[in-house]
Amino acid sequence: MKLHEYQAKEVLANFGVPVPEGRVTYFPDEAWMVSMELGLPVVLKAQVLTGGRGKAGGVRIARTSDEVLQIAQELFGKKLVTKQTGPQGVVIRKLLVEKAADIDRELYFSILVDRTTSRPTVIASKRGGMSIEEVAEQYPEDIIKIPIDPVTGFLPYQIRRLKYDLDLMSLEKEAAKIFSALYKVFIEKDCSLLELNPLVVTKSGHLLAVDAKMDVDDNALYRRKEISRMRDITEADPDELEARFSGLNFIKLSGNIGCMVNGAGLAMTTMDIIKLAGGEPANFLDVGGEATPETIAKGFEIITRDPKVKAIFINIFGGIVRCDKVANGILQALKKVKVEIPVVIRLTGMNREEGMEILKKSGLKFYVANDLKEAAKMVAELANGKNNGNSGKKAQKQEEQQKEKKEK
Amino acid sequence: MAVCVYRTSRVLVQGITGKEGSYHAKACKDYGTKVVSGVTPGKGGQEVDGIPVFNTVEEAVKETHPNVSLIFVPPPFAADAILEAVGSGIKTIVCITEGIPVLDMVKVKRVIEKEGVTLIGPNCPGIITPGATKIGIMPGHIFSRGSVGIMSRSGTLLYETADQITKAGLGQSTCVGIGGDPIVGTDYIFWLKQFEKDPETEAMMIVGEIGGNAEEKAAEFIKSGAIKKPVFAFIAGRTAPPGRRMGHAGAIIMGKSGTAESKYQALREAGVHVIENPGYIGETIAKVLKERAII
Repeated sequence: MKLHEYQAKEVLANFGVPVPEGRVTYFPDEAWMVSMELGLPVVLKAQVLTGGRGKAGGVRIARTSDEVLQIAQELFGKKLVTKQTGPQGVVIRKLLVEKAADIDRELYFSILVDRTTSRPTVIASKRGGMSIEEVAEQYPEDIIKIPIDPVTGFLPYQIRRLKYDLDLMSLEKEAAKIFSALYKVFIEKDCSLLELNPLVVTKSGHLLAVDAKMDVDDNALYRRKEISRMRDITEADPDELEARFSGLNFIKLSGNIGCMVNGAGLAMTTMDIIKLAGGEPANFLDVGGEATPETIAKGFEIITRDPKVKAIFINIFGGIVRCDKVANGILQALKKVKVEIPVVIRLTGMNREEGMEILKKSGLKFYVANDLKEAAKMVAELANGKNNGNSGKKAQKQEEQQKEKKEK
Repeated sequence: MAVCVYRTSRVLVQGITGKEGSYHAKACKDYGTKVVSGVTPGKGGQEVDGIPVFNTVEEAVKETHPNVSLIFVPPPFAADAILEAVGSGIKTIVCITEGIPVLDMVKVKRVIEKEGVTLIGPNCPGIITPGATKIGIMPGHIFSRGSVGIMSRSGTLLYETADQITKAGLGQSTCVGIGGDPIVGTDYIFWLKQFEKDPETEAMMIVGEIGGNAEEKAAEFIKSGAIKKPVFAFIAGRTAPPGRRMGHAGAIIMGKSGTAESKYQALREAGVHVIENPGYIGETIAKVLKERAII
């Protein structure tokens, strides 16, 4: 779960990490009043859960009272389009108003779990204010990496080394206190990322966390209630939220083939093979281990809501979830949700035969594929409106057989 | 021969009285696995399908001498369950549980490294040696005895791969799901070494996915010349958008790292047979092995 900057700073302040004086605001006049209270100049920062705000114009400095109001009015309600949001952007609903810092120099500091070593790792650099990827590319020698043993924690000698490397010996005690506090936040809040970029040294010679980014491990939210209640779902895609309420894992994409798959790896693979067959996936959807009629119906409902979707591909490999159960689920779901576009089904694994039998007997219209590549080709052709290929014919034939059976 | 687990492995099931635990304990037993006992705190003295249940791992070890533990304990308690098994001297642990906090796994990983424990998972389907033993939740019937060793980060994709290999007229020596989380007990390198040593394995298949750099590390290891047997690889998630977690906690592209392209490139440079179309995994392996006169 991603926290807003103002939320992350609240957490940091509680642990004794100095952050700029400021407040989150919801309307331009409120932002203006806060700026009067803080004193000019102030920085107005869009609070959106996405990276690249600065470059997209979401962080602005205001030096006069008129400027505060003007910038606030401009930013509130504006669609911020960053590298991460895609062209649809995200609407600014909150502004953090902060006293502008007197910056002497900018540092970079972050903690994350390094997957290679399986250890929390501190990454720091004298070159703050630019993206750490850029620093890594241009000045790799300026990146400090300190792996931390979870048993002993962030040790005094490691902190000392950091102080030397970052030229912080003049504010030795303050720096040591702040670095150990940051590690404490990382552990006690179950962070997957804690990043201060920049962490600045002010002209008056103190450290100040001018920006803060905090991601908390979703799996640990059950024991971090104070973080969990900070969740902001207003920026989430409504379909993705609804899917999540039903225990589905759904991510919207831009293509025209709806996918319903069990298992994350197979769901990704299904997207890949659709693309290889000349189609474009409209979504990633993992129905998980418990494909019940309700979850499948919900899946159909969400997929068909997208008018771009021209065909649906159901790819189920029965393991824990058995094919006969899934087949029944599909039938019940199709009774609840009207699906008027072609559906290609590929069922395999546990109880495949029983599942196929159930689908055949139903008399409902779908295309049945025997393996992954056949299914992908079929659904791509159907979505692209060319359904006279070989596999298309085969599918139609199967469909006719189903009809015949029904008539009998 | 087999890899890591054997026909003679004696299995303890932690969390055996739960819905999944009891179902799969029985399924493993039906497959031929020696399931000797189970543990659920507070349920000691009960039985699940004739399997005795104990309150603690220590007790179960004393009474029934298991050497592998299979864990179905819910995420908040799973790390503790793994450490309990380690504390009782069990050296091979298979953890199915999905959703364990990463910082819990940081601690677990440190302990198992020190104790020399092989942890398979978490968030994995387990391990199977077709026709001999199944320690996990996979559907046994899609696997067949043969010569290809499979290691996969994803569960259903492991089934898909095994199924294609079976249908291509080959079989599997051992198949292992290494887990979909950012921190897992074993990496590809561990299994590559095991399969290289195993006389029954003639080829290996890496089923990878986006995120992290486990596949790149494996490529580096293969490139060093440590692996003589042919290696095949498929990477899922080529079409995934960056910055979005694709189901598995580990499957996320951050910045420039973890993309399918970077993994394919590293593997290709290491001489691995890269299979880019997941519809042709079985066919490609069969073709290459025939050409190289291995089968």
